[in-house]
Amino acid sequence: MMSWERDKKNGNWVVKVGLASCGIAAGGKKVYDTLKASLNDHGLKNVELRRTGCMGMCYSEVLVEVFPPQGRRVFYRNVTPEQVQRIVEEHLIGGKPVSEWVMPADEIDNLLSKQRRIVLRNCGIIDPESIDDYLGAGGYKALEKVLHSMSPPEVIDEVTRSGLRGRGGAGFPTGVKWGFARKSPGSQKYVICNADEGDPGAFMDRSVLESDPHSVIEGMLIAGYAIGASEGYIYVRAEYPLAVKRLEIALAQARERGFIGEGILGSDFDFNISIRQGAGAFVCGEETALMMSIEGRRGMPNFRPPFPAESGLWGKPTNINNVETLANVSWIILNGANAFNAHGTEKSKGTKVFALAGKIARGGLIEVPMGISLKEIVFDIGGGTSKGLDFKAVQIGGPSGGVIPASLAETPVDYESITQTGAIMGSGGLIVMDESACMVDVAKFFLNFTQDESCGKCTFCRIGTLRMLEVLDRISKGEGKEEDIEHLEELAQGVKKASLCGLGQTAPNPVLTTLKYFRGEYEAHINEKRCPAKKCQALITYEIIPEKCPGCGLCAKYCPSDAISGEKKKPYLIDSEKCIRCGLCMSVCRLGAISVH
Amino acid sequence: MAIKAKAREALSFTVIDAIAHKHNVQPGAVIPALQEIQDAYGYIPPVAIERIAENIGVPASEIYGIVTFYSQFRLEPVGENLIKVCHGTACHLSGAERIAQALVQATGAEEGETSQNGKFTVERVACLGCCSLAPCIMVNNEVHGRLTPEAVNKTVSQVHEAEKLTPTE
Repeated sequence: MMSWERDKKNGNWVVKVGLASCGIAAGGKKVYDTLKASLNDHGLKNVELRRTGCMGMCYSEVLVEVFPPQGRRVFYRNVTPEQVQRIVEEHLIGGKPVSEWVMPADEIDNLLSKQRRIVLRNCGIIDPESIDDYLGAGGYKALEKVLHSMSPPEVIDEVTRSGLRGRGGAGFPTGVKWGFARKSPGSQKYVICNADEGDPGAFMDRSVLESDPHSVIEGMLIAGYAIGASEGYIYVRAEYPLAVKRLEIALAQARERGFIGEGILGSDFDFNISIRQGAGAFVCGEETALMMSIEGRRGMPNFRPPFPAESGLWGKPTNINNVETLANVSWIILNGANAFNAHGTEKSKGTKVFALAGKIARGGLIEVPMGISLKEIVFDIGGGTSKGLDFKAVQIGGPSGGVIPASLAETPVDYESITQTGAIMGSGGLIVMDESACMVDVAKFFLNFTQDESCGKCTFCRIGTLRMLEVLDRISKGEGKEEDIEHLEELAQGVKKASLCGLGQTAPNPVLTTLKYFRGEYEAHINEKRCPAKKCQALITYEIIPEKCPGCGLCAKYCPSDAISGEKKKPYLIDSEKCIRCGLCMSVCRLGAISVH
Repeated sequence: MAIKAKAREALSFTVIDAIAHKHNVQPGAVIPALQEIQDAYGYIPPVAIERIAENIGVPASEIYGIVTFYSQFRLEPVGENLIKVCHGTACHLSGAERIAQALVQATGAEEGETSQNGKFTVERVACLGCCSLAPCIMVNNEVHGRLTPEAVNKTVSQVHEAEKLTPTE
């Protein structure tokens, strides 16, 4: 039983505040501290204030969940420290929820009814810094089960039968991968958890590590037992300081309780885990580059074969799985392969976690059964676009993925169907775009990223992406030539075919998919020197609408190029010669008095 | 504030050697050692590259190659406050460029540089992973989300105010 459940049984109130990075960024710590002080001031001894991880409803952060001793739980959303007093006095003391701040029940239903939580089973429920909470939720039971009643081949068989495939992007069957590592000869083997979540727009792994770190550690221990390894590394991005901190706490607790170390749970299985922080290189998400980085070298990919299962870290057999894959493992062991593969499609089993962001009404972290359509994700779970503009496309799979247009919104989410569109499943970043997104700009954005992150080892990736970027840059400036589209396609094929690793092989995908589905936008930039989404700076102008401008001068104050002038209380003017088209004026104007053409 | 305090630590071989010794028993420990040096000084001082190379027994050029490969490592000293501006996909779509522009004005530091008064270093990063709160920035390891140009000004002035409250050593 988790400690908060115990408190509830004892007739206490339980109040939980979501304190993963998103919650903290929205001001969660201040809300937590204010709550603590207020409970103290009122001398409320029957209220247990608790910290938890990501509840998945990031759009409503700061979230405060209140469990009364009897009756229904209530979610307060977008809570500010100023609201705390009323919640404490009216609800916790008076017994009556402050209804106008409560998240409506039908909204919660819409959010959750199509989700199935396996990976996120404990996220937002347990205190991520308490091993007792994890144990109370059935934690380390799967480890106990494999150590006491399953042989390593039986574990591998169970995982293989579950149909679990790598959630890092490539989708290789996990059990098969483990089998290769087990069969490789050698007494020293390694398990690596790839937590180098580098795709811009993806935050699933961060949330899992911040909200339920023990589930990943348990997955690594089971993998270690299955393949015969005694040492593990977690390679985590340095940009995720909270994830690193909570992993360190979790590892220390697991060590203290004897889940990590020598002779684990009385068996003859020894396993140690250490953390390695990445140093900011996207290419290190590629497994051979990641191992180079752990070895203390420049993270440049190597040719495969040999695969890591034969010759990996320091030349030893190595098994690499990503965070989400590992977080599935203990659930599969405890509930059985059949419970897992009951979800999903023929070739894609189980669930997938997505980081839903961009122009979406209800962005956050969701977990859905494979096979659900993009439309269901965007509209039923995500509530459609955020600003009332039409839904245009989703970008899935990050810089290696592609853009899927609204017309293909019925596409089911499984590895094969997504690949057919020209995108890839990827690690789970799902960015929703509305009409305001320019597809040339999006393609340029991703290519800029991959060009910057190319390690430079192969010519096609190093130079090919640069040439592509030059063409895209030209197009976005209205200097495109007619043959540019063809040129881009030719370069894209070359980069795809001749690059050594996944980074280069997939780098052209954002360009190819936008060309495939939004060719007209490229043509408008090239032939008409026009950006239909009004995004590309060289092709737009900002103007002040005199009728709407009260002359407050705020825009002029923010303009970085002194392009705005005027007298107070009279409409201002933008000097288009001086204007650098950054759009700051439009962002700060509260009256919508600035237009863009 | 931790960054600020550490940045003042005087450059000394004792510190560098201690870090090197802590790590050199393990193979492949160059990166964690460099990370610790950067934690202590806010950047990788060139003499530290040579000293680490000597300690670990590899050519300095190899260490230099590692330092320049990874974007986390800096060869220039960092300002008292480090601000990372997220340019991830969601932030880009929500106007990260405008936030970056506002930040240049508020801090006086161009992206990738340190302000003349040494108060702020502003860095461009690929993604902070707080996409649902886009656009966002990280100020000294703390993420600030749902930003507007005005909120950027407020955040920066809060950093200034917090400094006034911190007693000077």
